[in-house]
Amino acid sequence: MKELRLMKGNEAFAEAAIRAGADAYFGYPITPQSEVMEYLMAEKPYERTGMIVLQSESELGAINMVYGAAACGKRALTSSSSPGISLMQEGISYIAGSELPCLIMNVVRGGPGLGTIQPSQSDYFQATKGGGHGDYRLIVLAPSSVQEMFDFVSLGFELAFKYRNPVMMLSDGVIGQMMEKVELSEQQGRLTNQQIDELYPWATTGKKPGKERRIITSLELDPGRQEKHNLKLQEKYRKIETTEVRYETLHCDDAEYLLVAFGSSARICQKAMDLGRSKGIKIGLMRPITLYPFPYSIIEQLSKQVKGILVVELNAGQMIEDVRLGSHDRIKVEHYGRFGGMIPSPVDVLYAMEKQIIGG
Amino acid sequence: MTQNFDIPEIRTPENLVYKKTSVLTDNVLHYCPGCGHGTTHRLIAEVIEEMGIQSEVIGVAPVGCSVMAYNYFDIDMQEAAHGRAPALATAIKRVFPEKFVFTYQGDGDLAAIGTGETIHACNRGENITIIFINNAIYGMTGGQMAPTTLPDMPTSTCPYGRDVKIMGNPLKITELLAMLPGTYYVTRQAVHSPALVRRAKKAIRMAFENQKLDRGVSFIEIVSNCNSGWKLTPVQAIKWLEENMLPFYPLGDLKVNGELVKKSE
Ligand SMILES: Cc1ncc(C[n+]2csc(CCOP(=O)(O)OP(=O)(O)O)c2C)c(N)n1
Ligand code: SF4
Ligand SMILES: [Mg+2]
Repeated sequence: MKELRLMKGNEAFAEAAIRAGADAYFGYPITPQSEVMEYLMAEKPYERTGMIVLQSESELGAINMVYGAAACGKRALTSSSSPGISLMQEGISYIAGSELPCLIMNVVRGGPGLGTIQPSQSDYFQATKGGGHGDYRLIVLAPSSVQEMFDFVSLGFELAFKYRNPVMMLSDGVIGQMMEKVELSEQQGRLTNQQIDELYPWATTGKKPGKERRIITSLELDPGRQEKHNLKLQEKYRKIETTEVRYETLHCDDAEYLLVAFGSSARICQKAMDLGRSKGIKIGLMRPITLYPFPYSIIEQLSKQVKGILVVELNAGQMIEDVRLGSHDRIKVEHYGRFGGMIPSPVDVLYAMEKQIIGG
Repeated sequence: MTQNFDIPEIRTPENLVYKKTSVLTDNVLHYCPGCGHGTTHRLIAEVIEEMGIQSEVIGVAPVGCSVMAYNYFDIDMQEAAHGRAPALATAIKRVFPEKFVFTYQGDGDLAAIGTGETIHACNRGENITIIFINNAIYGMTGGQMAPTTLPDMPTSTCPYGRDVKIMGNPLKITELLAMLPGTYYVTRQAVHSPALVRRAKKAIRMAFENQKLDRGVSFIEIVSNCNSGWKLTPVQAIKWLEENMLPFYPLGDLKVNGELVKKSE
């Protein structure tokens, strides 16, 4: 029987972590995602599954705890919001360099600086283009519903372990705070230490007699070997780009105009699209689900069909750069965005489409 | 003409008085001659061997001269960002409570950039061992001022000596950590003489044994030298250490079995 529950996005994420068989969550409170740790602590996951939940002294502490647990082959995760994610960038770079799997949730709020606690999508660049120092990528999943806040946790862990790469869920204050119906999946078991030893020959679990010791490091001073390591990372990213692109299209078959939006913006755009269609304007919607790898090819394909693209984001124009790359400037690509915590209505979006793309 | 002497084989088991512990690899240490890092590595490795816990230890080495400690210890190890080792160790111990977990940190690492991680791991009473190499300088980056640099001591970033009015005071972090309820064993040792080496080894052994008790952090400061950073020969450095470091950082236990050691004066 289906298990349905009305939940906040942040709560769904927390429940999903327990049910995905996560071993450890480390975090530091910050609005608008504090419900994640509050929910976890209230649920006593250490009694439900043996999962560890620890409030760290800072986001620096949290991400480095994630590093330590991930290096042991454990399913480790953290969550934060923009200022906290900035503080984590050092650790994320080390995790990427050491090729460790983990899940990081960013419930984005407006910036720069302390900015605002209101929703935003202004961390797109940070999430998709690296974020910290060095040449690396995160796999970035963009949930646009509370259901996806739940579903992307196990998907995230799956991808993280498949590629030994950190996965980020790029959510925002809207998705984190709103309540929706969620269909919960069944509890998955946590791996035993023996299973971890068998599955992950890289994990530091204690050197076995007669076996090579295991070292987790991102350091390599020899330029030749460091270049080789970087080439190996790049090879992995190319593989991710060819196999892990995920997106959703709505009414794109007959579309003359295209909206491109992710996360909460995509929800607003869906309504704008319906409004437009009721007025006889053939609008389609393309929603990237993976922001990295970005769905360039569907943009390229649709840019041969539609007359113009409006990219809608809760920022000053970030994803639009990737949409332009995908469209090869074949057609008009414009940005419509509100920021600082302001959220456009579907009418605003439709008006922007009419003014900037159709009329312009 | 070569003469054939009948030389008896003296390398027999009964004559063997010292051998390198199997917990150290055969890699050549990159440390400067006379540096306390090498001696301390050996002591930790010997303790691991003697306790028979090689397969149950996970070490964490953050950035500092000992960043490549994983080349020398034949155990599973993680390399951490500068200052973050106690956070990694916290997580490792919590996901593997049955394993032995230690960090190996310099003074810049532990008492400057990683102060937060260190204090909070100690305050939470993580059941880990922290080895703290205090050489009062940033060895790895070429001898800059450290949080533990002595008053008036010259370094490359305070070439006329540490002026405490401008540059602040040396941080006695070990004394500070001893005050926290989460530390169970806090001691200050040194490794520049045979007698001190033997004492330091006992302390390291105790620190690892303590993990079986689950009572909190065992913290060992090793007052060490940095010949290169101090711009002294190894012999001069030992003399300088005894005359300057030890009066400021006196050796001995600060906390044993969770109880502060009373100074008898
Ligand atoms: C974030 C960051 N800042 C600065 C450095 C440069 N750095 C490397 S080691 C080090 C100081 C190490 O000194 P200490 O911890 O005392 O270790 P020692 O080399 O003296 O044993 C510094 C500043 C770094 N690696 N990372
Ligand atoms: S620079 Fe200093 S701390 Fe580093 S190895 Fe040389 S003597 Fe030791
Ligand atoms: Mg030092």
